[in-house]
Amino acid sequence: MTVAGLIFANIHDDTIPELTRTRTMASVPFGARYRLIDFMLSNMVNSGITKVGVITSNNYESLLDHLGTGKDWDLARRSGGIKILPPHITSFDNTAAGRSSSRLEAIIGAANFILRCNEEHLVMADCDVICNIDLSKVMREHEKSGADITFVTKTMDMTDTVSAEKITVIQADGEGRVTDFSEQKSFSGMTRVYTNIMVIKRSYLVNIMNNSMAHGYTRFLHDILSRDVSRADYRIYEYDGFYASINSMATYFSCSMQLLEPAVRESLFGDKNYPVLTKVRNSAPTRYLEGAEVKNSVIADGCTIEGVVENSILFRGVHVCRGAVVKNAVLFQDAYVCPGASLNCVVADKNVTVKDGRTLSGHETMPFYIGKSITV
Amino acid sequence: MFKKKECVAMLLAGGQGSRLYALTTKTAKPAVQFGGKYRIIDFPLSNCINSGIDTVGVLTQYQPLVLNEYIGNGQPWDLDRVWGGVTVLPPYQGQKSADWYKGTANAIYQNLKFINRYDTDHVIILSGDHIYKMDYAKMLAYHKEKNADCTIAVIDVPIEEASRFGLMSAHEDGTIYKFTEKPKNPDSTKASMGIYIFRRDKLEQYLVADEADETSSNDFGKNIIPNMLADGQRMFAYSFEGYWKDVGTISSLWEANMDLLGSQPTLRIGGDDWRIYSRHSARGPQFVGCEAEIDNCYVTEGCEIYGKIKNCVLGANVKVEAGAYVEDSVIMSNTVISAGADVRYSIIDSGVCVGENACVGASRESAKGVTVIGEDVKIQNGEIIADGAMISDTNI
Repeated sequence: MTVAGLIFANIHDDTIPELTRTRTMASVPFGARYRLIDFMLSNMVNSGITKVGVITSNNYESLLDHLGTGKDWDLARRSGGIKILPPHITSFDNTAAGRSSSRLEAIIGAANFILRCNEEHLVMADCDVICNIDLSKVMREHEKSGADITFVTKTMDMTDTVSAEKITVIQADGEGRVTDFSEQKSFSGMTRVYTNIMVIKRSYLVNIMNNSMAHGYTRFLHDILSRDVSRADYRIYEYDGFYASINSMATYFSCSMQLLEPAVRESLFGDKNYPVLTKVRNSAPTRYLEGAEVKNSVIADGCTIEGVVENSILFRGVHVCRGAVVKNAVLFQDAYVCPGASLNCVVADKNVTVKDGRTLSGHETMPFYIGKSITV
Repeated sequence: MFKKKECVAMLLAGGQGSRLYALTTKTAKPAVQFGGKYRIIDFPLSNCINSGIDTVGVLTQYQPLVLNEYIGNGQPWDLDRVWGGVTVLPPYQGQKSADWYKGTANAIYQNLKFINRYDTDHVIILSGDHIYKMDYAKMLAYHKEKNADCTIAVIDVPIEEASRFGLMSAHEDGTIYKFTEKPKNPDSTKASMGIYIFRRDKLEQYLVADEADETSSNDFGKNIIPNMLADGQRMFAYSFEGYWKDVGTISSLWEANMDLLGSQPTLRIGGDDWRIYSRHSARGPQFVGCEAEIDNCYVTEGCEIYGKIKNCVLGANVKVEAGAYVEDSVIMSNTVISAGADVRYSIIDSGVCVGENACVGASRESAKGVTVIGEDVKIQNGEIIADGAMISDTNI
């Protein structure tokens, strides 16, 4: 069985406008040294996929910079490798026309990639899915069942969860056949959530594309999947590891904080055969100097710590000066926290400076966000 | 097809490094880990690419597996070039004979073909056992400006340490008039750094002559340099200022690691001005637990720290469990310090497991010397390793 990958890099951009103002969802920093796309891209590479298309729509400079030739993911290849699929805009269109606004349009925009693939199947996934999944198991199940689409699902206790964005829930029968889709914002009890990772027969996808173009369909779930569910062969694959999907600043913050739990880190980073790969930046190791008091924190290389850091995520090159207090914070690359500054429930974008004596505090449901390159 | 290169680097990386004992039983000295995420060879390789030298031959001989794997295609140092790049040069079987590298000069002699195919004007000879950041381009400019046949980089050392080095005596214009290898009564403080730039034609001439001399020990310091000097060739000393350390001994390796610590470290690796590149092997970010205490340490990605560490340099994926204490030590990658263990004034190589409540070394003030634990050694629970001991996989 041959499989290629397809990642949607701009999907759900609008759910965290703060972080995606200057970047794609795919290049949103996460977990001290990663960008969101690293997780799905690594999942694909670790599962033996060597050809991956990345569908972009706008703001993709940071993504191009991050992915480069793909060599950090072992995807710099003569045959296959990484293919960035920018929006298809012809010389005479107005520039907005070629940009995709829905998943189906994004797929149609990637028609060249999909049609020219020789692979029999595609793994299609969103860039904002955080998990470490062995996709080769999903691919084996998919091949064995002969399904048109195998949806990766995760059953979670979602009692009292209220989501800012609609989440797709899948109903299935005892044999794992999909019976219905629904989109929900509030939940009760155990819920089987669609992870936005699927394995799909390429021939089936090509059919969908042709039909959609002929009928002017725009919505993948409503116009295609929900209509076809009784005719086509849809199956589920239940994944049991750590899974998180980011759809708001609050979930970005809570997902980040989940990295402080040993079981979550073990699920994401524990297996040496399934490493999460990222762009290597060659920072020197982190220096913990006199005065540093660090507790329960995830920290990247290149930091200098002289102050108090608790329950926080520090990206590369962060400097916490003596006497500064950083708690429950996510500080992106090169943040500089001056002496006497105090941060609590803060998300600081790249290159932020917090000057002497400033006190900033948000709440865990609404972290205080400091924009890129801002000096407070 | 080979493009002409102005200068090709030859990096001598075949030495056993026997004075590093347990650290080099399985690995060549240049592949010994340093400063958390680096290996010694990262320094000359990064210096090369930062100096605009993109063609490097690495001469390997002793325990080359780790070193060869590490260098790979040279990608971490941007030395995966279409023209040039890094080439590993092991000893080989020729039509007439098959020889190990008999000495530093012989190693280069056997690879003259590699140098000549780049039609190079100059050759820079480097060694893989020094920690320093140096712009070879400046030295090359000096070499050309002086129209030298050979330029030797020198550094000022304290007179009391001078007898450990090869010493140069030079006139004010830089011309070398005397060279003495490790003299008992030093009369100069200009120590050779083991970095030479030769005009290619002169180098070839002297290497060929040296090879024909059966009494020669085929060594740059012992033979080539004295011979050129005796013949009155144009030889110049290039003074280097900055951090430079020969890490060929346990104590100097320990010291060089400690030079990274403190708020004003003697050796600073970070910063964009002269980046040191390395091959990455971390499994995730570093994690500091709730009970951890970290005082004046250098820690890299993949580490998990739950215990107390003080004045330490930690390599990738090191785990210090709760209740463990580590002080004044260098811990290399993938090593585990188990709960309750106490490690002081030690160098612990990669893949070691220090068992629960085990005791390694003694405090720096009272210890006889640095305690060294070699690669993959398992220290049993409660075991006590005396200060100054050298433990390697073979004698356990």
